[in-house]
Amino acid sequence: MRHVISLLIENESGALSRVSGLFSARGYNIESLTVAPTEDASMSRMTIVTTGSDDIIEQITKQLNKLVEVVKVVDISEAAHIERELMLTKVRATGKDREEMKRMAEIFRARIIDVTDTSYVIELTGNQTKLDAFISAIDPALVLETVRSGVCGVGRGDRILKV
Amino acid sequence: MVLTGAEIVIRCLQEEKVDYVFGYPGGAVLYIYDALFNQDKVRHVLVRHEQAAVHAADGYARSTENVGVALVTSGPGATNAVTGIATAYCDSIPMVIISGQVPTAAIGQDAFQEVDTVGITRPCVKHNFLVKDVRDIAATIKKAFYLARTGRPGPVLVDIPKDVSAHKCEFEYPKEVSMRSYNPVVKGHQGQIRKAVQLLLEAKRPMIYTGGGVVLANAAEQLTKLTRLLGFPITNTLMGLGGYPASDRQYLGMPGMHGTYEANMAMHYSDVLLAVGARFDDRVIGNPDHFAEEPRKIIHVDIDPSSISKRVRVDVPIVGDLKDVLEEMIRQLEANAARPNPDTLGSWWKQVDEWRSRECMKYKNSDEIIKPQFVIQKLWEVTGGDAIVTSDVGQHQMWASQYYRFDKPRRWLNSGGLGTMGVGLPYAMGAQLANPGAQVACVTGEASIQMNIQELSTCKQFRLPIKICNLNNRYLGMVRQWQQLFHGERYSESYMDSLPDFAKLAEAYGHVGLKIERPSDVEGALREAFARKNDLVFLDFQIDQTENVYPMVQGGKGLTEMILSAEDL
Repeated sequence: MRHVISLLIENESGALSRVSGLFSARGYNIESLTVAPTEDASMSRMTIVTTGSDDIIEQITKQLNKLVEVVKVVDISEAAHIERELMLTKVRATGKDREEMKRMAEIFRARIIDVTDTSYVIELTGNQTKLDAFISAIDPALVLETVRSGVCGVGRGDRILKV
Repeated sequence: MVLTGAEIVIRCLQEEKVDYVFGYPGGAVLYIYDALFNQDKVRHVLVRHEQAAVHAADGYARSTENVGVALVTSGPGATNAVTGIATAYCDSIPMVIISGQVPTAAIGQDAFQEVDTVGITRPCVKHNFLVKDVRDIAATIKKAFYLARTGRPGPVLVDIPKDVSAHKCEFEYPKEVSMRSYNPVVKGHQGQIRKAVQLLLEAKRPMIYTGGGVVLANAAEQLTKLTRLLGFPITNTLMGLGGYPASDRQYLGMPGMHGTYEANMAMHYSDVLLAVGARFDDRVIGNPDHFAEEPRKIIHVDIDPSSISKRVRVDVPIVGDLKDVLEEMIRQLEANAARPNPDTLGSWWKQVDEWRSRECMKYKNSDEIIKPQFVIQKLWEVTGGDAIVTSDVGQHQMWASQYYRFDKPRRWLNSGGLGTMGVGLPYAMGAQLANPGAQVACVTGEASIQMNIQELSTCKQFRLPIKICNLNNRYLGMVRQWQQLFHGERYSESYMDSLPDFAKLAEAYGHVGLKIERPSDVEGALREAFARKNDLVFLDFQIDQTENVYPMVQGGKGLTEMILSAEDL
């Protein structure tokens, strides 16, 4: 089962390696991991997408909580939540492809944020499925490079992860 | 008061009431050693290898209720310490390791004796710090001691660059620590404890299974009281020996791979299992699927939530300090008139005693050749069962744990989790320094002892009257046993040729050495050794080469699938 785990961690050097080291040492999967400081600069918030049985997810959250610098851990995928990921795709945009790419970007409500004579950079935000759908909708031969941020997540409504 | 970083380090150790630091100097810690030189409160024990410094500090901690402290230099000093740190981590031993680091400006430049100590030790410490500013030293060391001893204890490393130890700042030792990210639970959940007590009272085939946590939490007294109040059978794991008096009738011996038949059968066929400060390790329950085949309710008390439901599903988890939780269980039992049904408990005991009557610890003694079990039994007799016994890793470790009956906690020091050969002698050093008047015996083998034999020199310098009982079978015995049983008797690299004359070697280091070859000389040699109150005596027992450790549960097998003796093969 896929889970999205959010955590608050002290913004100290080496904190990220404690988390990633824990996953590799115990053989847990990391599908994606994003991290950046929060509105309180002394703390970072991490979103980890992982897969595993209920027993493994239970161990993952317990092991994360055990890390001395981890302040709070929540499996936000246990209840209603929102996920977003950012993707930047550089595509070849020449001839008739130029118009086609612009149309595809519009359909997916993406934005073209860089234009040259031969290429576009398309910015697209959404959940993983939407990003995947966009990639499979465009001609793979036209994709020059793709970069994805990994998933950020937040619980809906009253579910707040804060100290 | 304005002090250098190095002086601050030593002042912090004084504030923490550290009496011994085990270490080895080097370039990056020269300022700290200088500060050490200028005072006499913190005594330094100069070992002969950094691994032994950490093991000795670990042994010191295991034999007391204090945090062990080690001091090593950067680079190879730190890497040599890693085995010691990992050993302490696996057994949750409270320790603070201070390591020197190259100057801040040189970090990352591949400087002489530079390694990423914080990176290398990260997976085997409870936490570690790199101190980049002299103003952070005091607060960091305060945190290190706090982290080491609270919650589930463990080693904490503080890495201090050389320039930071030379810089100066105002010294003030923080009075307390508060960390928003670290708040270990102490009190157990009342409702859960009530549920547990209810289950225990209704149990038909109850069993108590306890581990090293009981020793670490200093909860042996509470455990003993609760066990007697309930009248249940109890087993202590290798790490938990001494948690409950081994000579008591309710005690069934150790469980697991080389545990007793009665302990394993009672664990397996219990209907309510109370696990306290233990972690259902693979060496204890064998195959978890086999263990799960028999339905039973499990109550698990542990300070570390991640130990609960890790290998075995638990029905009543209780997170908290063991002493606190056991006291609350006792309180609830004493307030409650209900007691376990004597008839059902009686018939369970009848079954347990039937298992016990198999006498699985019996062995064939000999007049010709020394049996290792016999040496341990004699050691127990000669020391009145009251010695601090350290061991290395292998067959001798199992024999010591099986045949020396520990009635008190902190008397049995061994590397249970990591299984580190070479810990025995440094553990004995730490234990002897912490308990100057105590009888300290190091039960070892000719292979293990050679992994830290250089410490005989440290023992001479600090006049440590340890008694080393070397069960010398000229084999890596446990390896040979597995090769015999599971590898078609192909003894690949497990025979030890060209051994030193250990008695002479001990003499060369300035100690007393004895070689014992006949069973009739065993007791006399032990008595002579322990009569020499001021000498380290190296007893080199030439034992039966073919002796194996039984009973045995093969790796991957179930607890009840035991080989009881060589006849079962």
